[in-house]
Amino acid sequence: MNRAILSAVCVAAGVGAAAAAEVAPKDVQYGEYGAVEQSLTGQPGDAAAGRKVVGSKSLGNCVACHKISELIDDVPFHGEIGPPLDGAADRWSEAQLRGIVANAKMTFPESMMPSFYKTTGYIRPGKGFTGKAAQEPLPPLLTAQQIEDVVAYLMTLKYE
Amino acid sequence: MMTTSLKTMICTAAMLTLGAGAAAAQTDEKLVVNGETEITTQAPAPAHLDGALDTIYSGWEFRSPATREVQMDDFDNPGMIFVDQARQVWNTADGSEGKSCASCHDDPAQSMKGVRAVYPKWNEDAQEVRTLEMQINDCRTNRMGAEAWGYTDKGMTSMVALISLQSRGMPVNVAIDGPAQSTWEKGKELYYTRTGQLELSCANCHEDHYGDMIRADHLSQGQINGFPVYRLKNAKLNAVHSRFKGCVRDTRAETYKPGSPEFVALELYVASRGNGLDVEAPSVRN
Ligand code: HEC
Ligand code: HEC
Ligand code: HEC
Repeated sequence: MNRAILSAVCVAAGVGAAAAAEVAPKDVQYGEYGAVEQSLTGQPGDAAAGRKVVGSKSLGNCVACHKISELIDDVPFHGEIGPPLDGAADRWSEAQLRGIVANAKMTFPESMMPSFYKTTGYIRPGKGFTGKAAQEPLPPLLTAQQIEDVVAYLMTLKYE
Repeated sequence: MMTTSLKTMICTAAMLTLGAGAAAAQTDEKLVVNGETEITTQAPAPAHLDGALDTIYSGWEFRSPATREVQMDDFDNPGMIFVDQARQVWNTADGSEGKSCASCHDDPAQSMKGVRAVYPKWNEDAQEVRTLEMQINDCRTNRMGAEAWGYTDKGMTSMVALISLQSRGMPVNVAIDGPAQSTWEKGKELYYTRTGQLELSCANCHEDHYGDMIRADHLSQGQINGFPVYRLKNAKLNAVHSRFKGCVRDTRAETYKPGSPEFVALELYVASRGNGLDVEAPSVRN
């Protein structure tokens, strides 16, 4: 319940701040291989904020499935469902990373990775982790700003 | 840089192997309860899995050495307290007919031996697949004139544990053909359906990634041969459908109700994935 309200508030805030520039989930343009060229907010992401989203259980919770060496001292217990994200920026461009974070299934068909910027097309969608039914469109798992923040953080994950 | 990307490649390769169902032992330790009852915790996968898994493993194999050990002695296993409580209820009359379970079933050690291993099971008179919980409530309401117990109430789950204990060390062997087949197929479909806002199916976690860590949890195959399960986390016995409910909820989905036709079908299907593992109730998990 709390979580759902929080997300809803975040979405509303995001829309208020940058209504004109923000790309809605249904309007995101994915390239043939899943990349998203255009920023979802028209503003640069904040890597430090993105780092929090990636490590936080109630937000991205990316570390449930990915190991990130740089983060392990601050956030313990990283999963091993997906590949470690160390060096992600060496392997992927910013547009590709934006596409993966917004909807990984456009890059990796059938991926187990959740689609973080998507609001419809779910089977038995629930209200957060309450187990109760929810009506679509759902608030996306991450706001446009949070996606951009996460992308900015991933762009810092380089080996050199 | 070279070494790290090499490592990534190796890790990915290892994950692929696991996903393909390589028969890597989770632990070499054997589960022997009270120094006498040997429990089979890994077995060749049943034929109906069609190669989706090579080997099936009990959830016991994925727990920490300390947690595994608690299950090896009934004096240490807190689940046994609930079994003892159920034994008293077994002998206590209830309902308008003035009967107890014992009035008709005598000693559970004889009358209930092997029962857990074949449930859920088709009931010809009722023309339905029944879980143990459904059968117990049928006896209570139709034969004892007593009130039905809540599907996952403490008393119910304790009684299921008492009955299941009588099959400990016997292989799970639920029937999936004949009249049970359509229910089994419905359960199979549910198992592979990606639900909720996280769009995850049971198979995503328990078939494709058993043996991997998801955050701080070591993923098992999600087998139910150990149920009811005493969890150290909530310090009580947990019913199969309570566990299903928790796992579905964690996909940010609307769950099904315990006792619903969907969860009954899912239970039959998940039980059948464990055909060949021994019943180990009441088991201990974190
Ligand atoms: C439920 C598990 C899961 C979660 C949660 C998850 N991912 Fe993934 N992710 C995967 C898997 C599995 C892959 C591998 C691609 C595939 O499906 O084949 C992947 C791939 C990726 C990749 C490309 C891998 C590479 O080569 O570097 C990136 C980047 C990524 N994820 C970022 C994230 C971010 C950022 C988050 C959090 C906002 C996140 N993931 C959350 C499972 C997950
Ligand atoms: C009045 C007699 C009577 C009482 C009292 C009674 N039962 Fe039964 N029970 C039966 C009969 C008869 C069957 C077989 C029913 C059938 O096959 O449809 C049965 C079947 C069962 C089965 C399934 C056994 C199998 O092999 O499939 C279980 C489990 C069970 N009872 C548990 C209980 C419990 C627990 C209680 C007490 C709460 C109880 N019963 C009380 C008569 C009784
Ligand atoms: C996001 C991953 C995930 C999904 C999806 C998931 N589970 Fe689980 N499940 C877990 C975790 C984590 C545990 C605790 C560790 C373990 O035993 O795997 C668990 C435990 C279980 C257990 C207890 C096993 C034991 O030995 O005590 C069962 C049974 C189970 N899950 C069944 C299911 C079923 C059925 C579904 C589909 C409706 C499902 N799970 C979906 C993550 C998941």
